Amino acid sequence: MSEELTAERRSAIVRDSLGVGIATGTYGVSFGAVSVASGLDVAQTCVLSLLMFTGASQFALAGVLAGGGSPWSGAATALLLGTRNTLYGLRMAPLLAWRGWRRVGGAHLLIDESTAMAVTRESTPAARVGFLTTGWTIFLLWNAMTLVGAVAGEAIGDPRTYGLDAAVGAAFLALLWPRLTTTRNRLVAVLAAAVALGAVPFTAAGVPVLIAAGVALLVGVLRRDRPEVSP
Amino acid sequence: MSLWVAVVGAGIGCYLLKLAGLSVPPRVLRQPVVARVADLIPVALLSALVAVQVVADSDQRLVLDARAAALGAAVVMLLLRAPFLVVVFGSALVAALLRLL
Repeated sequence: MSEELTAERRSAIVRDSLGVGIATGTYGVSFGAVSVASGLDVAQTCVLSLLMFTGASQFALAGVLAGGGSPWSGAATALLLGTRNTLYGLRMAPLLAWRGWRRVGGAHLLIDESTAMAVTRESTPAARVGFLTTGWTIFLLWNAMTLVGAVAGEAIGDPRTYGLDAAVGAAFLALLWPRLTTTRNRLVAVLAAAVALGAVPFTAAGVPVLIAAGVALLVGVLRRDRPEVSP
Repeated sequence: MSLWVAVVGAGIGCYLLKLAGLSVPPRVLRQPVVARVADLIPVALLSALVAVQVVADSDQRLVLDARAAALGAAVVMLLLRAPFLVVVFGSALVAALLRLL
């Protein structure tokens, strides 16, 4: 997996990766706006984008806080969502073939989009170009746009006037949407929503979402059916 | 203060989860149960977040208001394959307009 990459092939991968990177990085503005609407300040919002740098987890932390949840249940939800990056890492490790400091640095860029733009590549050099171009483009834009959204969000006052509280649910739905392709995933989504809503009146804010994660655990352990991606 | 600890702690934790994935031997994932659960966790969490975000209020009661209408608008936009930013800010606009009425 170490053949040379032609200049033509390289620029094709860079072009595709830039496209995905720019489209994704731009919506850092929505995270910035939603985050300050949830009660985080501009500095905390920017630290989340710099340090956590994985959109769904960041939205989750903000969303739990917005619903009145404790910082701890917000952090736990963010970490649970972050486990999918571990899964991506397992898939990407042999393809990227990084060791030592390169792995330590590259790990920060391991997110949905950088994985998607690298996982299907034919060789290690091609995968690295896709991964790094997508990852860096999103990292730079995502952080810049987070700052823009947070400062603008802070300036406009009560977020409810602009419907920004409603935008959080839409953001989660848009993140969930591409995963609803199989019957099993749809079933889990409906069950998890029902379990979470059932728990709302009896638990502290933020806890219902964590309880709903149990649905994934139960279905994953109990349903030993044929694999979803059968040939 | 605890908010800062949660922000920094969860941020570092999320980074370590990424690094663990790149460092763990791939045979762990070949356990079918681990693979299935790992695949389903984002689905369950995101769906629960949508539900709670849209119909729970700050007193932990279930209510249907402008947020539910905005989510309906988001579904329509997603069915029409609208880009992420359009879905997010479009649904905010729907909620804002409904509250003006």
